[in-house]
This record gives sequence, structure tokens and C-alpha cells, in this order.
Amino acid sequence: MSVVSSTQDPEALTFTIVAELAAPPTRVWQVWSDPRQLERWWGPPTWPATFEEHDLVVGGGSRYYMTGPEGEKARGWWRFLALDEPRTLEFEDGFSDVSGEPNPAMPTIRGLVKLEETAGGTRMTVTSHFATVEQMEQLVQMGMVEGMTLAMGQLDQLLASA
Amino acid sequence: MVVHQLDEDEVDRIFAALADPTRRDIVARVLTREASVSVLAQRYAMSFAAVQKHVAVLERAGLVNKQPHGRERLVRGDVDTIRAATRLLDQYEEIWRGRIVRLADLLATPGEGESP
Repeated sequence: MSVVSSTQDPEALTFTIVAELAAPPTRVWQVWSDPRQLERWWGPPTWPATFEEHDLVVGGGSRYYMTGPEGEKARGWWRFLALDEPRTLEFEDGFSDVSGEPNPAMPTIRGLVKLEETAGGTRMTVTSHFATVEQMEQLVQMGMVEGMTLAMGQLDQLLASA
Repeated sequence: MVVHQLDEDEVDRIFAALADPTRRDIVARVLTREASVSVLAQRYAMSFAAVQKHVAVLERAGLVNKQPHGRERLVRGDVDTIRAATRLLDQYEEIWRGRIVRLADLLATPGEGESP
């Protein structure tokens, strides 16, 4: 079991998930720093993510899109706020318009990733901080598509392994 | 199991109500212990009327309700509504749980996907 704990704090508007991963922090850092590896886990199988740009420097950022089952594209951007390889990574995650430009009308999440070395590998703590509750609601509503397709993807996996 | 489903207007009211730090604080307080508006008003650096207004917004959103208690009415947190709001966070949690599963799978695949 990778996920050790998860904490929802509707008042502080944060969600924290802690996972134990069987690889050292330097290896786990790569799944965030290398766009090709990031693509393999950021989006669910039915909405895979493609990172067109991924400039891992403070002030730098990413442009990405997720492709839905009907070929529809949902675009997003990241901006790196703080980096301390291979320990911490802080970024802002937002939505983009069809041309790939950040959409200021859409909500953003501030994500803080902490990697700590453990006997078994790495303890990764990801904290998502929502700016306002309205934004959280908007994001979750959009993420619902992702959540539902994710559940279907898991069902597929179960069927395939049966 | 009967789950109270919120319609869009209700969700809007809940989140607009919770967007204010004082109102969030009031909800947190009256969830653990019911209190009259006058008792609540003593806790904040604002007028009784201002606190009363905040409570009214929370009441309309269904986050708190008022129960008669002697000559007073006590403000109490409505656990069901708050639980429904928390379900939104559950969905966000599902997204992250999926990501962790895929990330762990990727790390478990030796040699594959690693940087040259």
C-alpha cells in the first residue's frame, strides 16, 4: 500500500496525501522532473497528460494538456515557486485556454511536494492548497470527470487481470 | 443508504458562505459547541449585527441552524451539510490516490522510464 495517509481540511482549504514509495528521493524526483515520466502518472489512463513544456527552474513552468476519450483537450500550466532537489518542489497549477495561455479566470492550486528519505525509500507528502472555497469547488467539479474516468480505468485493469 | 445530494444553488451558497474566514471560524466553533449569537459576538472584533449577519448567511446555506434554548436560540453546526461539502474533497482525494498508484507502478518498473 503506497498511500499512508490523507488529510482533508475543508477549513484550511488543504488536502494532504502521504505515500511511501520504494525508491530513493533522487529517483522519485525524476518522476516530477522528467516530463515523459510525469506523463505516465499525472493523468488517468483515459485522460493522459502530455507536457509540451516543462522548465524545472524557479520562475519557470510547464504547459500541458490532457486528452479525453473523445479526443477533447483540457489544457493547463504550472509555475515553479521553489525547488530544492531532491527534497522539495513547490508549484502553482492552473488552467489554460485553448491556445495554451493561462486563463486567469480559472482557479489555481498551490502544490507542495516533500520527499524524505526513509529506510524503505521515500516518504512523499503532497499538499494541495486551494486559494478559495469557490475555487476548490470549481476544481473538484472539473476533476470529477477525471475521477470518474479514473474509476473506469481501474475497473478495466481489474478485468484485464482477472 | 440515503445520501443528501446538493443541487448547484446549494453548493454555491455553501461555498460562498465558507469563503469568509469569520464564517469558517463560526462553523468550526458551533460544530463542537452550540452558542448563542451574543456569545459568538464576544469572540470577534466586530459588532453584534455583523456577527448576526454572518450567522444568517451560514443559516441560509444550511451550514448552521438555530435551536430554541430557553429565552435564547443557539447556533449549531449542521453536520450533514458540512459532510456533503467534504464529499467534494473526497473526489479530489480520489484523483490523487489514482496518481499515487500510477506513480508507484512506474517506480516499480525497473529501467523503464528512467532518465538516461
